[in-house]
Amino acid sequence: MMYRIVEKRDLTDVTKLFVVDAPMVARRVQAGHFVILRCSEEGERIPITVADFDREAGTVTVVIQEVGKTSAAINDLAEGDSFVDFVGPLGQVAPMREDGHVVCVGGGFGVAPVLPVAKELRSRGVEVTSIIGARTQDLVILQDEMEAASDQLYLCSDDGSCGFHGFVTQQLEELIQSGTHIDEVVAVGPMVMMKATAEVTEPHGLKTWVSLDPIMVDGTGMCGVCRVTVGGELKFACVDGPFFDAHEVDYEEALKRNKMYQREERLAYDMYKENRHECRRGGAVSG
Amino acid sequence: MVESNRWKKTPMREQSAEERVNNFDEVPFGYSEEEAMAEAERCLGCKVPFCEQGCPVEVPIKQFIQDLKDNDPAKAAQTIWSTNTLPAICGRVCPQEEQCELQCVLAKKGEPVGIGRLERYVADWAMERGLDAESPAERKGHRVAVVGSGPAGLTAAGDLARMGYDVTVFEALHVPGGVLMYGIPEFRLPKALVQEEIENLSKAGVDIQTNVVVGTSITVDELLEDEGYAAVFIGSGAGLPKFLGMPGENLLGVYSANEYLTRLNLMKAFKFPEVDTPVKVGKRVAVIGAGNTAMDAARTSLRAGAEEVHVVYRRSEKEMTARVEEYHHAIEEGVQFHWLNNPVAFLGDDDGWLRGMECIKMELGEPDDSGRARPVAIEGSEFEFQVETAILALGTSPNPLVPSHTPGLETEFWGGIITDEDSGATSREGVFAGGDVVTGAATVIQAMGAGKNAANAIDRYISERFGS
Repeated sequence: MMYRIVEKRDLTDVTKLFVVDAPMVARRVQAGHFVILRCSEEGERIPITVADFDREAGTVTVVIQEVGKTSAAINDLAEGDSFVDFVGPLGQVAPMREDGHVVCVGGGFGVAPVLPVAKELRSRGVEVTSIIGARTQDLVILQDEMEAASDQLYLCSDDGSCGFHGFVTQQLEELIQSGTHIDEVVAVGPMVMMKATAEVTEPHGLKTWVSLDPIMVDGTGMCGVCRVTVGGELKFACVDGPFFDAHEVDYEEALKRNKMYQREERLAYDMYKENRHECRRGGAVSG
Repeated sequence: MVESNRWKKTPMREQSAEERVNNFDEVPFGYSEEEAMAEAERCLGCKVPFCEQGCPVEVPIKQFIQDLKDNDPAKAAQTIWSTNTLPAICGRVCPQEEQCELQCVLAKKGEPVGIGRLERYVADWAMERGLDAESPAERKGHRVAVVGSGPAGLTAAGDLARMGYDVTVFEALHVPGGVLMYGIPEFRLPKALVQEEIENLSKAGVDIQTNVVVGTSITVDELLEDEGYAAVFIGSGAGLPKFLGMPGENLLGVYSANEYLTRLNLMKAFKFPEVDTPVKVGKRVAVIGAGNTAMDAARTSLRAGAEEVHVVYRRSEKEMTARVEEYHHAIEEGVQFHWLNNPVAFLGDDDGWLRGMECIKMELGEPDDSGRARPVAIEGSEFEFQVETAILALGTSPNPLVPSHTPGLETEFWGGIITDEDSGATSREGVFAGGDVVTGAATVIQAMGAGKNAANAIDRYISERFGS
């Protein structure tokens, strides 16, 4: 069984969208679920939160941002290529209200996992305000899709190249200060951004969910590498999460744990880039 | 010429300790033909073969050894396969000393017949020649789903296929084998051999689907109602590691044995960067616990580059649960044992990396619930133990993923699926379970025994319910 890439889209220079033929996953996947995939027989198993799905077509969409060897190797795949493994859905469905007003915050490529949450909330009749942002305009992803899935959309950039000049968290703060009634906030992005979101909403007693992305191996609760401390308790992000109460997460610990293999990751990435460079020079790279 | 000794097992040659700590190759070499014949000759062929009563999968031991004596190893293989679909695995990892060999009459005065070694010899002999088990019986026209491809699931699948059922095995990981692949190290159980034995099941008609998480990819109810399976066997194992809730348990460098072994066995992290999955093995490694998994983690650490490996256990050598053979192998290889020491905290540096453990010395008190002497801390005996890597081998619990997605499937408070002991029948009609998901972490052969019993019960259930 191979999992064929039926569509590939460049969202930015380093962020690619893949529509993958995976009928078994597409059947039952819901917003908040993740998959574990491998792109080669020597590859590592990496978790990726699902960005979209089409049950009828039997496809699941994931967005990959190049940060290391595995993500680079995936982004070098072309339409028609296949993942060797693509398993899911895994984890718990994102916690979602049935009514009221929810603000969905997506930072960087964290916009991708926020998209299905916004869509699902909207389909339930919840009012959805989305705040998405990136360092600079070129790195903003899925703006049209988020626009379509939201009642209001705020665009932010750290450098002011588009939308609000500042962080998504600053835009969120402004929205709260403006007196708009908000029932819940869902925030996905880099760990520091999620931590900052929690700090913005906590004084207002605003219920907030974040999606953690620790290192995983099996994704079924078997190895325990994805353990996080939430509300002082040990949780496995793979089976208990990935969404957790933003005000209960021990971010410092989670940040440190994600650095466990920083050195190895850098080594592997450097070797890969070296190789890719060689291949390109030789004109031998496919796709 | 290998002489057979009435009271002693024919020795099995193995890699020397100095040599083997530098590689992941299998430790014992297995018998040569001559050695196997010499060992088979030791069998008295008892009228009542007590050895067979000690075998959870009822291997016709007396008969297969007789086949060997008759110089017909192909027949011996068929004899073993008649009840055991995984003999190359069993011959290596079964605790024969507690089972068949414990019952051997020779064991009363000397050493029992090396039944495990002979089983391994026959299985390897047949595998080298590409022999298969005899083809399955007439098709029954019913489908059975098996959840998990570890020892319980594979045994149930093999037996059901042989009875004529159409069997599909669902495996969550990307390769089948369960704990045989992710848990038990290469040097005890070569992975190519596990795959070959599983390949034989596929040839016998078992359909194995990897990358399917029963519970989330597809539910047990869907298998029964929508997918046309007449029965489901759950053998999803004890894949839930225990943590102690000790301070510092989440420091970098603290691993569950499951994670550590999975990285090294399944993902081959010892080959990094040739493969993409890394692992960090410090110069000084501590393994907490003294069961078979602890021995596996300790011996793997030596091979993965650790300079010193320390097993730290809060009880004494007497209470250790590891097989004696594994313990001896570990000692030979240089693993150091620290009995009656209990870690109470992991100590870290500013970046969150493990730098040591705080331990306390223990003494043995009154027996506890398990019947073993309860270890009691000696006040004021705390000391610091410097390590860079710590591996928690404290046991595992049944993985809750399948039960939690199967309404009406009753479990014990500690997670085990509640079953009828003989049949493996659960609280749900048509759903059977066996192996570690029922008992908590146990041995490969016990799981296989449970898979075998459940296969028989499933056959009875389907015959009664649907007619055969």
